[in-house]
Amino acid sequence: MKADKSLIDRWKTSEILLFGGSAGAFKILFKAVSILQPDLNKAVVIVMHRKKNYQSEIEKLFSLNSRLPLKEISDKDEISPNAIYIAPANYHTLIEKNGHFGLDVSEAMWYSKPSIDVTFESAADIYQGKATAILLSGANPDGARGMLKLKHAGALTIAQDPAEAEMPEMPLAAINAGAVDYILNTDEIFDLLQN
Amino acid sequence: MDEASKTVTNEQLSEIIDLVKQIHGFDFSDYSKASFKRRVNRVLMVKKLDFHDLKHLLVNDQAFFQHFLEEVTVNVTEMFRDPTFFKALCHDVVPYLSTWQHIKIWSAGCSSGEEAYSLAILMNQSGLKNKSFIYGTDINTVVLKEAKKGIYSLRNVKSYAENYLLSGFKGSLTDNFTTLYDAATVHNELKTNTLFSVHNLISDTAFNEFQLICCRNVFIYFETALQERVLDLFYKSLSPHGFLCLGSKETIRSDKFKKKFKPVNAKENIYQKIES
Repeated sequence: MKADKSLIDRWKTSEILLFGGSAGAFKILFKAVSILQPDLNKAVVIVMHRKKNYQSEIEKLFSLNSRLPLKEISDKDEISPNAIYIAPANYHTLIEKNGHFGLDVSEAMWYSKPSIDVTFESAADIYQGKATAILLSGANPDGARGMLKLKHAGALTIAQDPAEAEMPEMPLAAINAGAVDYILNTDEIFDLLQN
Repeated sequence: MDEASKTVTNEQLSEIIDLVKQIHGFDFSDYSKASFKRRVNRVLMVKKLDFHDLKHLLVNDQAFFQHFLEEVTVNVTEMFRDPTFFKALCHDVVPYLSTWQHIKIWSAGCSSGEEAYSLAILMNQSGLKNKSFIYGTDINTVVLKEAKKGIYSLRNVKSYAENYLLSGFKGSLTDNFTTLYDAATVHNELKTNTLFSVHNLISDTAFNEFQLICCRNVFIYFETALQERVLDLFYKSLSPHGFLCLGSKETIRSDKFKKKFKPVNAKENIYQKIES
């Protein structure tokens, strides 16, 4: 699918970029954070399924590769443009009305904490049309509900092409739910991020 | 099913908050909105209610309100949650605690008691059981009953075993329990030094003087203004140089209280009261 003008326009007016992914998403995100420009004018939030009690090196690895400041989210952190935020393991990350993150330790969704749905749904409430969400490879259907709510709120919703995803189930679930505006392969996603 | 009819708008959420405050005396107005809204929507979904059903039940059905309270206040907890925290507690705080004659500990927002018993086990392992006492409080009477019993499913206790080992304690977690079929009961000698009772962090005052307060993963549900009010309560409830432990992703945001608590372990959010 070729990137059209409407896609670019909606991307450019977004105030927040949301990434969701699970198995098979790491490599793509690793490259994505290196592509994002310091004058992006958006906050970037990454929700990746992670193991609890596992002091992951994700923040360190991503930081080395990124030109934007990057941090793991703490409760009530302010959301600023031109920064990358990573949802911590063992919490759900929500977006609050006053421009802050909120965390929540309630039950896992789809066996996952953080849940992509929880973050995406709360982002739809706050950002409505001014959000872009990109759902990547993963082995469960988390994210589909959140993408649907974002789409209904007018946000731009993009799924990685399941044909090239390492684990197609996650983007496929969102596509089957009718929650996806554009299906893009990783190169097309990287092109968009550079725009 | 029309999804929209099963979720509340922000206006409806405010209405519910007002109603609960007037009829039941619980004030959720300074709870973090996105999270609280999600909890309310979850009640609607699970119970297959719409907004008007919910209002009706909250007004007319006391038993339903208890259920509602249980659902909207998150009661997900575990033993030795965040092993790095318990390690830090042993390393940075216990040596200091051991110098006190009596060690009173408050597990605030204790839910079904897992954290309070974790602290009881920690004090026992540190050889301080005989001079320590642990108070667990929550706003929810249903979970407090569970806490008092100290009976957990063996499956859950086994799932905490890894936390226990990573925290660096001797033996295995199940050594602290008497097990019968699928039930694991906290040893009596650990229970004798505990007391569980109702306390509302938002509306109740200080009730004792503590050397250590653990309130982890409660502040995440409070907006910063409410966090500051609760910090004031904790400050008043701590003895000079007493310790306050917040959750691994919770920090003191209030400038006023940044001056009244010094970080002992910034990574684990362990603070010590500074005397003014």
